Amino acid sequence: MADPSVPAPPGPPALVSALATALPGSPSVRMEHGEAVIDASPEGLPALMLTLRDDPRLRFEQVMDICGVDWPARPQRFDVVYNLLSVSLNHRVRVVVPVADGAPVPSVSDIWPCAVWWEREAWDLFGIVFDGNPDMRRILTDYGFDGHPLRKDFPLTGYVEVRYDEDRKQVVYEPVKLTQDFRTFDFLSPWEALTTLPGDEKVHAARLADAGAPAAKPAELKG
Amino acid sequence: MDAPASNAVAWNREALPAGPEQDAVVRAITGEIAGRGFVVANVDRVVNWARTGSLWPMTFGLACCAVEMIHAYMPRFDLDRFGVIPRASPRQSDVMIVAGTLTNKMAPALRKVYDQMPEPRWVISMGSCANGGGYYHYSYSVVRGCDRVVPVDVYVPGCPPTAEALVYGIMQLQKKIRRTGSILRG
Repeated sequence: MADPSVPAPPGPPALVSALATALPGSPSVRMEHGEAVIDASPEGLPALMLTLRDDPRLRFEQVMDICGVDWPARPQRFDVVYNLLSVSLNHRVRVVVPVADGAPVPSVSDIWPCAVWWEREAWDLFGIVFDGNPDMRRILTDYGFDGHPLRKDFPLTGYVEVRYDEDRKQVVYEPVKLTQDFRTFDFLSPWEALTTLPGDEKVHAARLADAGAPAAKPAELKG
Repeated sequence: MDAPASNAVAWNREALPAGPEQDAVVRAITGEIAGRGFVVANVDRVVNWARTGSLWPMTFGLACCAVEMIHAYMPRFDLDRFGVIPRASPRQSDVMIVAGTLTNKMAPALRKVYDQMPEPRWVISMGSCANGGGYYHYSYSVVRGCDRVVPVDVYVPGCPPTAEALVYGIMQLQKKIRRTGSILRG
């Protein structure tokens, strides 16, 4: 149970009002699943982040995570998501910055030094460019890796695979050759793996016809 | 006996020809052993006994399988009683236990460590990922089996294999060494 001598942390509504009054340029602050979310733009990001860190009502000392989200259908293809934590005031906020493919986002590495690695990760996996990051290298993928694997259009198995070449005495890269292609299974369906039993041909044909359609109504299933 | 060069034992390049010189050496050695007791054995068996009894592994713990490997070293399973003592250096190791997912980025390092191990050397591939990519078989960043990079002697299946399974794999490797072991190489 909570210690009654410790004051309760300011709940999200108090945080939202503090955000609304403190932040420059009146960005949109909303609640989502009980968590405060700020929608920001790349241009206003450095001033916004500096306020979030330095304002005495907010004091977000830590950036817990910077990650990307890929929305291939949107013109602003990526979301850059910053998850901030205030240790002293015990509250969190999420800052979401939509950005187009190839457009730079101002780096927050001079506000939170640990952001260098987070931004390297977002660059590595999504190809989001951070302007002002002092060390914009890949961080996770292989040396000389081609592409950004968490983009939706990146193929699951990638482009190259490695093996040891006995003649060249080194590990070499070759185009991917799979002996069996990747298969997706619907593990929620108890029937998918079963073959059609004698007498069930009509059921099987109906099931194939329904495969693309939305789920059948419960009444039909019972019948 | 005057054996032709092709029949000469490879590890004894300075064999003495039969004669008084050789007799002197033999007499000196028998004199040394006499009265102290001695062991009669096949050299092969002695070498295999030594090899199977002190398999020092280069621990290549890459992922969660490493935890099961650690269990196998700890007192409950106690690989020490097999003479299996983990080494931090490939120069001192006889066997490499590849425990976990081998990624493309790690593959050159794995091969380099394998190349640094002195002969004779063996490889145990531990777990689904090391055996054939396992869960990550279709990933863009994982090697589909560490046998694409190093020759493997024993595959231990499981995800992860239990510590007992790894101990069993080591016993299988000992069996293999006993069956195929030879002191003449190359």
